[in-house]
Amino acid sequence: MRTLIYLLIGIVFGITMFKSEAASWYRIYEMFRFDSFHMYGIIGTALFFGAITILIIKRFDITSFYGEKINFPPKQKSFARYAIGGILFGLGWALAGACPGPMFTLLGAGFSPIIVVIIASLLGTFVYGLLKDKLPH
Amino acid sequence: MNWIYEPWPWYVSGFMIALVMFLLIMVGKNFGMSGNLRTICSICGGGKKVDFFRFNWKAQRWNLTVVLGAIIGGFIANQFLSVDPSIDLHTETVQNLQTLGFENAGATYMPEKLFSTTVFSDAKLLLLLVIGGFLVGFGARYAGGCTSGHAISGLSNLQLPSLIAVIGFFIGGLIMIHLIFPFLF
Repeated sequence: MRTLIYLLIGIVFGITMFKSEAASWYRIYEMFRFDSFHMYGIIGTALFFGAITILIIKRFDITSFYGEKINFPPKQKSFARYAIGGILFGLGWALAGACPGPMFTLLGAGFSPIIVVIIASLLGTFVYGLLKDKLPH
Repeated sequence: MNWIYEPWPWYVSGFMIALVMFLLIMVGKNFGMSGNLRTICSICGGGKKVDFFRFNWKAQRWNLTVVLGAIIGGFIANQFLSVDPSIDLHTETVQNLQTLGFENAGATYMPEKLFSTTVFSDAKLLLLLVIGGFLVGFGARYAGGCTSGHAISGLSNLQLPSLIAVIGFFIGGLIMIHLIFPFLF
C-alpha cells in the first residue's frame, strides 16, 4: 500500500516536471540567461507554499498521516562543501540541462540520450564516494 | 480540462512541486532526488570498494519507487497529456541559441542537437552529455543535495547551507552558459 503511495507521488512529480517544462533543457538555459520569469516563478511558488507548509507543521506539531512525529534534520554546518559542490552541480545542470529528478522524467518521455547523462551522473556520484575523504567538507 | 494539455503556468507548477514535498513529508519521508543516485551505486555493488556506498539501501527503496513514478509520469505526460511539445522561449533566448548553432530553439521539447539519437554518432556532443551528467552526480553528492533537496526542501526549511548551495548552483550555471558555452558550441 505504501509502495503504491510513493509510486503515485512520483507519477505526480514526473507529470509536473514535464508539463511545467522544468525538465526542458531550453528552460534551464533561458533561466541562466535571465530571459524569462518562468523558472523563477516555479521555484518561487514552490518555496512560498513549501515554507508555509513547513512552518505550519512545526508550529502546530502536526504528525504524519501515520501519526508519527515529523522531523526536519538540520543540514550539516559547512561552507566549502556547499559552495564547491554547488558550483560543480550548477556547471553540470546548465550543460546537461537536467537535474536528478527531471532526468528520469525525460527517460520516461523517451529522450534516449538522457541515458548517457544518467549513467554519467552515477559515475560522478561513485567518484565522489571514492574521493570523499580527500575533499574539503 | 483542456488546460491540462497546455504547458502548465508557473504558479500551477510551483504549487504542485510544493504539494509533492508536502505529501512526502506527511508519509514520513523527504523530498530529495539525488540520494537515489547513491542508492543505485550501492545496489550496483559500490559498497564493495567504497565505504560511502556501504549502507542499508533497502531503507531507500521508497525513494526509488518515487523515481519509478517520475519515469512513468514523464511517459504519461509526453504520450497522453501533451498536444504541442514546443517551448515558448523568449525571442532573445531563441536568437542567442541560433548563434550557438541550435536551430529553431523551442520548436521541440529538447534540442535535437543534444537529445535526438543523432548525438550517438557525434563524439564531441556525447562527451558533453557525459561531462554534464558527471558534474551533476558529483556536485549533488558533494553539496549533499540537488535542486529538490536544497532549492526546494532546504530553502523551504530556511536552511543557510541550502542557500549557499543554491547560490553555488547559480554561479556554476552562469559560468557554464556565459563563459564556457561559447567555446563548446
